[in-house]
Amino acid sequence: MLLQQLVNGLTLGAVYTLVALSFSLVMGILSVLNIAIGELFMLGGYLGFAIIARGLPLPLAMAVAMLGACVVAVIIQKIAYEPLRDAPLITPMLSTLGFSIILQNVVTNVWGSDPLQLPSEMFDGDFQIGPVRIGVMQIVVIGVTIILVGAVAYLVQRTPAGRALRAIAENRDVARLLGVSVSKTTFLAFAISGLLAGAAGVLISLHYAAITPYIGVDIGLKAIAVMVIGGTTRVWGALLAGPLIGIAEVLTIAYGGSQIRDLVVYGLMILILLLRPQGLLGGARSDVGQRV
Amino acid sequence: MSTYYAGLFADIGILFLGAMSVYIILATGQLSLGNAGFMGIGAYLASFLTVELQWPLTAALIAAALAAALIGVVVGFPALRLKGIYLAIATLGFGEMVRSFLLNFDRMGGSGGFHGMKHVSLATIWLWAGGILVLIVLLERSRLWLHMRAVHDDEIAANLVGLDTTATKVGAFGFGAAVAAISGGLFAHHYVYIEPGNFGFERSIDFVLAVILGGSTVGPGALIGAGLLVLLPEWLRFLADWRLAAFGVLLVLVLLTRRQGILDKPLLDRLTFGGLRA
Repeated sequence: MLLQQLVNGLTLGAVYTLVALSFSLVMGILSVLNIAIGELFMLGGYLGFAIIARGLPLPLAMAVAMLGACVVAVIIQKIAYEPLRDAPLITPMLSTLGFSIILQNVVTNVWGSDPLQLPSEMFDGDFQIGPVRIGVMQIVVIGVTIILVGAVAYLVQRTPAGRALRAIAENRDVARLLGVSVSKTTFLAFAISGLLAGAAGVLISLHYAAITPYIGVDIGLKAIAVMVIGGTTRVWGALLAGPLIGIAEVLTIAYGGSQIRDLVVYGLMILILLLRPQGLLGGARSDVGQRV
Repeated sequence: MSTYYAGLFADIGILFLGAMSVYIILATGQLSLGNAGFMGIGAYLASFLTVELQWPLTAALIAAALAAALIGVVVGFPALRLKGIYLAIATLGFGEMVRSFLLNFDRMGGSGGFHGMKHVSLATIWLWAGGILVLIVLLERSRLWLHMRAVHDDEIAANLVGLDTTATKVGAFGFGAAVAAISGGLFAHHYVYIEPGNFGFERSIDFVLAVILGGSTVGPGALIGAGLLVLLPEWLRFLADWRLAAFGVLLVLVLLTRRQGILDKPLLDRLTFGGLRA
């Protein structure tokens, strides 16, 4: 029973990890909270859903969802972030909120506000390993997450583009003086963030086998907590914190009742902010953040 | 006035008070994304006092404001360790925790909500809103406000010239929380039914939006912001299903063209003939 809960928590946590990474790419590098990421995630879920429901293969659904969310993320960067990048941090945050309102409204009008259900016969095979039952779908969710996190970690830690990202996160002005193209790197950060959010959207609609236009807010806020707990500037931090929160949530539901799970998640986040502001793996510097 | 417009004006007054609670905290350079939490505390406490203990509304509102101010100070102290967007995220977590707590608080109805309050008149709401606005405009002319702006502009420099930045920042949190609680108490007695979902993240964001949209450097700006946030979706009703998208587009456009908000100091001076005197 406990092991089963751990597996379920791990699946949920995998999705949190991806959305948290999506937040932290923009936040760790540009210090801007892109609120629309929650809606990019939701949009990705719907795009993937539309493909899967037509009986087309899952990889195609993933690709379309990632690409769609990526394009919208770049549009948000060009319209909502670039013109306001010198403004106090609240202003670009609220202009991304504008996009999140638009996206939610558009999706509601296109697909309706009722939850869409995935046909239940899909991905319903499972393996029995000792007392634990692992669904094919759960393996897909966890596997895809590990591949994507690995890819992002490689990109950020090992490639020239990743070096540019880290340089700008460290010090924007010095990075510019040394010849790093800020506009190209910002574009990259938003684009990857969109790809991850889109992928996470498909995975959550597989996990819940259903999706609503309002899923972005709930998961988005949780992902912000995961980002903070893992440390905003550490790729691996999210991989540790995501499953941690996912498991904490599933265990709270199982043993403490579903209603106190948010209390646990956000309490944990505030505790980390106060006791270990740099995040579990270190690196973030929340005590020297920019002025609002 | 038709009940339709009376309802809208009540919403504006309540949103304006919430926006002021963000404005006060923002004046010291701190962004709170959790003021709906303080609003919820105020709403539940005031309702408990009027319904269960039969207190008069004014006394209940003042008691709720004082209690929330105390909680605001308690929240403000650990918040001193955090800056910028991280502080905002911590307050967001606080707000979600309050909502989640209220969901589990069966004594006050839990997820089923709480009712039994007597309806409050529009005049009472605006008496409170006007009173707080006057208080803030007076505060803006005081030395204390200069302290707050100094902490906002450069905390280290303010500390060096001997200002008590800790007291200023924590005090702002307390005051902001009190105003948010009054907003919540009035909300509860206007809608005569409250549930934890009323006091979630969207509400906190609405407060911030009203301040930034209206103009975050002058108190009356929030009045314009609150008015727009309530009235704009109504005026866009002819767009039917697409009105929220249109609202989002307008929001982005306003932020792009007037990032300091609609009302700023020069505009306010021109409107109030203050420019002639200067």
